[in-house]
Amino acid sequence: MPEPTRRLREPPLDFPDYRSTALRHPRQPLVYLPEQVTEMAGPQLGHLRPGAIENDLTRQHDGDPVGERITVSGRLLDTGGRPIRDSLIEIWQANAAGRYRHRWDNWPAPVDPNFSGGGRTVTDGEGRYEFVTIKPGPYPWGNHHNAWRPAHIHFSLLGRSFEQRLVTQMYFPGDPLFPHDPIFNSVRDRQARERMISRFSIDSSQDNWALAYEFDIVLGGRFATPIEESH
Amino acid sequence: MPEETPSQTVGPYLSLGLPWEQGPAADANGVRISGVVRDGAGEPIKDALVETWHQDPPAFARCATDDDGRWHVVTPPAPFVAVHVFARGLLRHLTTRIYLREPGPDPVWESVPPERRQTMMATPSEDGYRFDIRLQGDDETVFFDV
Repeated sequence: MPEPTRRLREPPLDFPDYRSTALRHPRQPLVYLPEQVTEMAGPQLGHLRPGAIENDLTRQHDGDPVGERITVSGRLLDTGGRPIRDSLIEIWQANAAGRYRHRWDNWPAPVDPNFSGGGRTVTDGEGRYEFVTIKPGPYPWGNHHNAWRPAHIHFSLLGRSFEQRLVTQMYFPGDPLFPHDPIFNSVRDRQARERMISRFSIDSSQDNWALAYEFDIVLGGRFATPIEESH
Repeated sequence: MPEETPSQTVGPYLSLGLPWEQGPAADANGVRISGVVRDGAGEPIKDALVETWHQDPPAFARCATDDDGRWHVVTPPAPFVAVHVFARGLLRHLTTRIYLREPGPDPVWESVPPERRQTMMATPSEDGYRFDIRLQGDDETVFFDV
C-alpha cells in the first residue's frame, strides 16, 4: 500500500527520540481507509459564536496575568487555499513562567492565579481567528538530560470533516530550543517544521498594548474537497 | 497552494484546552460505550482523549480518560461510530471505528484483515457496550490511514 505523500510531512508514530512513543505507537500497519460518508462529514459547531466563547485568555480572572501580552491571529485554510469558516479552534498553553495550571504539573515555577491557559473561538466568514493571551514560557519535561520544550501553544482544529481533524503546536520565531526538541523535530521535513512557527508582525502589533504573532493553519485530508457554497 | 500544517502531540495537559460542555453525551437517549485505553505494556493511559462521530443524526462526543484510563460516550444506537484517539506520546492521532454489531456490506469493515476485525467490535455489557482501545501489542486495535 503506497504511503500517502503527506505522511512524509507529518511526524512518525514511532519516534525513539520522544520516549513516550515507545509503548504508544501501533506496531501493525495502518489500514487504508476507503472513502466514506461518515469520515467525510464532521460536527458543525458554527453556532458557538465568539462572545459566548473565551478567546481572550487575559480576561478570565479578576486580575491581569503576568507576562508578555500578545495577540495570535491568522486564517484556517484548506490545501486549496480556501477559508474554513465557522470552525472551532481550541488552544491551551503554559503561563509566562512555563507552568501549566494542571494537577500533574509540579515543576518549580509559579502558578499564575490570573491565568488558566485555555481558550477557544470560531473562525469567521474568511476563516479568520484571533486570540489574546500571554506568551508562554519554556519548561523542562524530563525526556532526556536538559530537555526543555520550546515555548508553544497547543492548537486543536475540527475543520470541516472528521478526517480533517488536527491537533498541533504553534511555536515562536527564533526559539533557541528548536535544535534540541524531539517533538518539534519529529517533523522531519524542514519546510513542514517551519509551518508550525508563527510570524512576528510589527504592523499588527498594537501600540502600548500587545505584540502580534500570525499563524495560518492549513488542514488537508484526502477527502478535503469542499462542498460548493450556495449563493 | 498552501501546504498542510503538521500534527504534534496533545501532551499531558490536554484537559486544559479541550473541555466539552455536553461531555461524552452526544445523544441523551443513545447507547453508552465505555472502555479503557491501554499502552503496549497493558497499562491504562490516563492522559488520552477519545472522540466519536456519528454522521446521521450528527453526534460528536469527546471524553478524556480518567486516572484509570477509562472513558465513555453516549452516542446514537447506530451500527458504528468513527473514532479518534489522542494521547501524550502520539505525535499524530489515531483513527478507528467502533462497531456495535457485525455490519452488512461495508467497505471499511472489509478493508480490514478478517483476523483483526474483532478489534473493532464492541461487546455488550451491563450498561451498554464495552470497547477497549489498545494502542500496541496483542489484540492491538485496528487503526486507519486517513
